[in-house]
Amino acid sequence: MNVAIKAYKRKLDITNGRVDLSHGAGGRAMGQLIEGIFHKAFDNEWLRAGNDQSAFSVPGGRMVMTTDGYVVSPLFFPGGNIGTLAVHGTINDIAMAGAVPLYLSASFIIEEGFPLADLERIAESMGAASREAGVPIITGDTKVVERGKADGVFISTAGVGMVPAGLDLRSDAARPGDAVIVSGSIGDHGVAVMSKRENLEFDTDIVSDSAALHGLVAAMVEAGGQHIRLMRDPTRGGIAATLNEIAHQSKLGFHIDEEAIPLKPEVAAACEFLGLDPLNVANEGKLVVVVAPEGAEAVLAAMQAHPLGAEAALIGHAVADDHCFVQMATSFGGGRIVDWLSGEQLPRIC
Amino acid sequence: MKYIDEYRDGRLAKDIARQIAAAVDPARSYYFMEFCGGHTHAISRYGLEDLLPANVRMIHGPGCPVCVLPIGRIDAAIALAMRPEITLCTYGDLMRVPGSNGSSLLKAKAAGADIRMVYSTLDALKIAEAEPNREVVFFAIGFETTTPPTALALRAAIARQLPNFSIFCNHVLTPAAIQNILESPDVRKLGTIKIDGFIGPAHVSTVIGTEPYEFFAEEFQKPVVVAGFEPLDVIQAVLMLVHQVNDGRHEVENQYIRAVTALGNEKAQNEVARFFELRESFEWRGLGEVPYGALRLRPEYAQYDAEKRFSMVTPAAKDNPACECGAILRGVKKPADCKLFGTVCTPDTPMGSCMVSSEGACAAHWTYGRFREKARTQDEGRAVA
Repeated sequence: MNVAIKAYKRKLDITNGRVDLSHGAGGRAMGQLIEGIFHKAFDNEWLRAGNDQSAFSVPGGRMVMTTDGYVVSPLFFPGGNIGTLAVHGTINDIAMAGAVPLYLSASFIIEEGFPLADLERIAESMGAASREAGVPIITGDTKVVERGKADGVFISTAGVGMVPAGLDLRSDAARPGDAVIVSGSIGDHGVAVMSKRENLEFDTDIVSDSAALHGLVAAMVEAGGQHIRLMRDPTRGGIAATLNEIAHQSKLGFHIDEEAIPLKPEVAAACEFLGLDPLNVANEGKLVVVVAPEGAEAVLAAMQAHPLGAEAALIGHAVADDHCFVQMATSFGGGRIVDWLSGEQLPRIC
Repeated sequence: MKYIDEYRDGRLAKDIARQIAAAVDPARSYYFMEFCGGHTHAISRYGLEDLLPANVRMIHGPGCPVCVLPIGRIDAAIALAMRPEITLCTYGDLMRVPGSNGSSLLKAKAAGADIRMVYSTLDALKIAEAEPNREVVFFAIGFETTTPPTALALRAAIARQLPNFSIFCNHVLTPAAIQNILESPDVRKLGTIKIDGFIGPAHVSTVIGTEPYEFFAEEFQKPVVVAGFEPLDVIQAVLMLVHQVNDGRHEVENQYIRAVTALGNEKAQNEVARFFELRESFEWRGLGEVPYGALRLRPEYAQYDAEKRFSMVTPAAKDNPACECGAILRGVKKPADCKLFGTVCTPDTPMGSCMVSSEGACAAHWTYGRFREKARTQDEGRAVA
């Protein structure tokens, strides 16, 4: 058989199709929606690069701009809320370019009837998060929609930052032999949020790992910026989606080692109980970095010296592979592919 | 994780793999079918095939309740859910299962149907109690494992005198399907490869015990080892099957002694027997009509039977004619032998039953194992050169 299998993509049915939940789940369907509607309509070189932010030249250096929408349910979860997430997520998107985040904007779409006390709680924690990160929210917008037309509150944040001179991280820059490092335990955020979902409440001490990573990134850039190929924060779709994205953009594969991937026992247990793969579960305070082999040791050491990277671990290497497979040596002694999530991650029946 | 990590010990696995390698007769091959999707998932997720000798081949059977649900039943559920008075409650992994013309419950939900994902039958009951003006239908699916909770929901609905709760019953039975794999009109048409033994489903046997497989082992002279879903359970079951084959035995053995007994959970069996009866025939996606392969509500509970209450009809709907699921489920073909595999049929765009749920043979191979095709082809290429 022909092994150069190219996955068939059903075309978006613009005439009769409707947005369903899989279009927001971080998998292929979401990529298809973005490519088929937004990239098509907004087409330009920055969007085509496929990053979560875009760097562009301005007098005096290179600037980064990003925007993101937050629609998390429940709005409050162990370790944070939708507001802290909106601050951390956007700062992290800027930081993944190796950039220093400077300013944020915040836009609120609020459902009629939403308690003001909850709104204040969200806003105050957002303010605290931005002050702690040293990145002020300098502009915003507020809209209210009729009851039933939003799920409590939606927040969009945009951010800008500056790239240090000489640093140019690109999504297609990974090379065979490069090291892959993850900054800490995976899946904490996704499990913390799921533990508070309606109908699914279970007892766990896990709290979201939501955090602003620009300080950690600054330490990494200082220790080995010239060796860093690219960085990503593995949010929706988890590190499985992140590694697959990088593999396809850089046109290579990855070999990773399951035993090397940091995973809290409580997260592993919750995933087992729910029938989920922790590699697909979302993170909000972790990053994946691809580093040239000669810089791996220095970058890893710098990460481990930072509080947000204390559990950083080298989990594998990039390899030449036309199929762009992410392969994993399992802790059991076998091998498997680590694939993108198909549609939304749904609990299995048995 | 206590009680989990013990069953994923790579060193122990290698030790058992060495015992298998020492036990197998190099002059012959061993074909073992794991019936249950849970085993298929474990084999793929932990790369178990890498630990087995080349002459021991695992064949992935039809044991995934989501996969074997026929298109017509999905179409019927969608048609019901589109009725304005209906709230359809279902387990999560049913949401994506394709019906006719690319439809699914997920798409029906996006089109306005009131479809709610639940995690247990009791969640559906709660919705029926909280919203007395809605007709709440629980889309029941699964093997013997998930049938007792449906029976309990029915008991609770009767006790609480809930007039707006009913069940769309799609519960299926394992022993009948295993028999169908070896003996059915399709087998004569497709041919079948030799199956030397079966790994029996663990969770099913916690309910029905190991006894129902005694007749099967005797009648078809095939060994059955009921095994747990952890990778060490599976590899130990393979070793037990190899020993049985070498000894010329065909017995039912129980690897999963930590949860399974010969007679199973009689209380659960009685609960099921009180509310359900056998269907004479029921279509399994990929296997066709399976005699006595499913359950329906007893006539005395007709008011809780959504099929009767809403005069549901199951439309005749067929899989893509190029789909090879029937042959793959019987081990006659491998996923990569199907022309649709990885082209028009992927987990994102499933065409046939084996690709529908992550536990299906094709989905498991696509998600976890397709790199092996590359290695195999490269080896073949080098051999030709």
